Amino acid sequence: MFKAEHFHLIRGRKLAADDWVVVPELADSTGNVANGVSPAPTDANGKFFLLPLSGWLEQRQSLIAMKQSAGSPLGVWLAPTDDPALLEHDLALLDLIAVHFPKFVDGRGYSTATLLRQRFGYRGELRAFGDVGRDQLFYLARVGFDSFLISEGRDAAAALKSLDDFPESYQTAVDQAIPLFRRRDSQALA
Amino acid sequence: MYIYDHHDHAIVKARVAQFRDQTERYQRGELSDDEFRPLRLQNGLYVQRHAPMLRVAIPYGMLSSAQLRRLARIVRTYDRGYGHFTTRQNLQLNWPKLEAAPDILAELAEVEMHAIQTSGNCIRNITTDHFAGVAADEVVDPRPWAEILRQWSTFHPEFAYLPRKFKIAVSGTTQDRAAILVHDIGLQLVVDATGGTGFSVYVGGGLGRTPLIGKKIRDFLPWKHVLTYCEAILRVYNRFGRRDNMYKARIKILVKALGTDEFARQVESEWAHLKDSPATLTEAEVTRVASQFSAPAYAALPIVDISHQTKLIEDRAFARWVERNVHTHRVAGYAAVSLSLKSPGLAPGDATDVQMDGVAGLADAYSFGEIRVSHEQNLVLADVRQADLFDVWQAARTLGLASPTIGLLTDMIVCPGGDFCSLANAKSLPIAAAIQDRFNELDYLHDIGDLSLNISGCMNSCGHHHLAGIGILGVDKNGAEWYQITIGGRQGNAAQIGDVIGRSFAAKDVPDVIENLIETYLSQRLEGEMFVETVDRIGLQPFRDRAYEKAAPKHTPEMENV
Repeated sequence: MFKAEHFHLIRGRKLAADDWVVVPELADSTGNVANGVSPAPTDANGKFFLLPLSGWLEQRQSLIAMKQSAGSPLGVWLAPTDDPALLEHDLALLDLIAVHFPKFVDGRGYSTATLLRQRFGYRGELRAFGDVGRDQLFYLARVGFDSFLISEGRDAAAALKSLDDFPESYQTAVDQAIPLFRRRDSQALA
Repeated sequence: MYIYDHHDHAIVKARVAQFRDQTERYQRGELSDDEFRPLRLQNGLYVQRHAPMLRVAIPYGMLSSAQLRRLARIVRTYDRGYGHFTTRQNLQLNWPKLEAAPDILAELAEVEMHAIQTSGNCIRNITTDHFAGVAADEVVDPRPWAEILRQWSTFHPEFAYLPRKFKIAVSGTTQDRAAILVHDIGLQLVVDATGGTGFSVYVGGGLGRTPLIGKKIRDFLPWKHVLTYCEAILRVYNRFGRRDNMYKARIKILVKALGTDEFARQVESEWAHLKDSPATLTEAEVTRVASQFSAPAYAALPIVDISHQTKLIEDRAFARWVERNVHTHRVAGYAAVSLSLKSPGLAPGDATDVQMDGVAGLADAYSFGEIRVSHEQNLVLADVRQADLFDVWQAARTLGLASPTIGLLTDMIVCPGGDFCSLANAKSLPIAAAIQDRFNELDYLHDIGDLSLNISGCMNSCGHHHLAGIGILGVDKNGAEWYQITIGGRQGNAAQIGDVIGRSFAAKDVPDVIENLIETYLSQRLEGEMFVETVDRIGLQPFRDRAYEKAAPKHTPEMENV
């Protein structure tokens, strides 16, 4: 389900190599995280473990200690039903939060992202992964995602273009704190 | 009317380009059916029984004559010369080609129109009263608020993939004509004791499989908070609305499951974070938008026009039309006119390109170049001088738009049904035609008086059958088309869901059954009592007895319970 080699990453509006590997919800022999075993910083390919929320909550203390001693980055992924408020006090520790879209029509992740950015002030990398394609990127970027794991069989390079689908937006979102109606006059004068 | 500035134009143009690209990628096989479906739906494009269907947005039901002429040209060029006006004040094209859809959208964009979010699980067209701005009972003009909400909801990035579709209606009158109690959010404009404008907020109304009347979650929301408050409602819904079963995915199910108080508490708690953020509306914006809905240059006219009064006395047919199709206006000497799209021979709500062009001409000549679409699927000229009513009537007769039956039994709301719609269980248009046929006596219709009859071809209830004095619902019974009948429903402030009278009927029996229901009413009514009032007073049983005593076929299936 989460075979990273089939995906293409867009980060900072550029194609990029992905140095994370997703650890599924339940115990996984490589990640070990959900088993109470002390985690390794990377897998055999040198990729960092992206942990499910449950794994993070379970081993939070040892993972933080590992980051402090080895400097290895920390990443957590959220399912659509996961409450982002559970990460509220850990945000400064996290280098990556990824939000899973099991189907692209499941829009819960858009609210998850909005809350992480607007409500809780998360500033690190926020990634959309799962059923993620070109035609969702504009909205995903507006709610605060800055990295996108384009799913298998889709053209990530072509998908980049859609980040510029619209020149302007009416309403506020993470990317634009001021609604168009507060900017119309100033733009007309400019 | 709202006039686009360069931002509005740029946004709609970008949408046309985006959809053109998506359509081309679909045709090249780069997008699968599943990937393309939500994209085309959010551009109004369905795949229907015979051809795609394109639903064009008519924001809050307002059209300029230039826009209506463009719609006429579009149905002539890209379709079969007619379109279908819907209960949500939109226009549906029945026979466009998929590959032509981007061109149609480009034609629409030129006249400041679009098909954005007319379908799909997103925020749909914002609807309101078709007499907005001219109604005598108007407290606040709802149109600027509907436009402000339209802009806020257009391409809202967080709410494009909701659990299910989401409909918002705004009413600015004491008598609700926008059906706000059967919308996901119903906004009632109110003025408080200090003269401040605000909204009573209702959520969780809706028809369909589980018809429910909206619940009030706020008595008075000051106007400047309307966008942030809606955002809070939508966020709670987007996060917690059910996604496992499309029939239980509307916000009404969430409100019911949580309870109104708990739902309201969650909204208030979410809103506490959004209140007074930059998304809060400004006086300047409301003024900017409201200035585009300012009253037209009305002439100072006497309250009563003598020539009009004379014509009323001289011409019985004209007087009858005035009685049903002409409505009071807040400005002396003016009236609002309903042009009926319920003439026999055309499907209810349908209009031809010739009729559209004709109405555009009438609007230019008599009504400041503007037209409204009513949710009862008629057209309205909102600002006609009394002195011009006779000319308007004659022209409307020539166009086949002068059926003097507004609000009467044959002013039916009817969905396209099984003839067009792939969701339908049964046809609705032949039923409508048979009823039109049966009740073609004007004197009889006028004697029956105010009575709504609505027909839906399936449980999705596009024909609002639940809210009609007599509602007809098409049901599928082992592959055969049957019709279930409800009575006693109504729209407006006291909106009420009708009650099923019993087992369903075969298509051929429906006109008889309707006639039996009407006869029951006529024999039982008290002086001045309307159909639904008689139903309230005497209950279902007398209607039921009569309906089944005559029409019951021997091979009826058991009681419907759909």
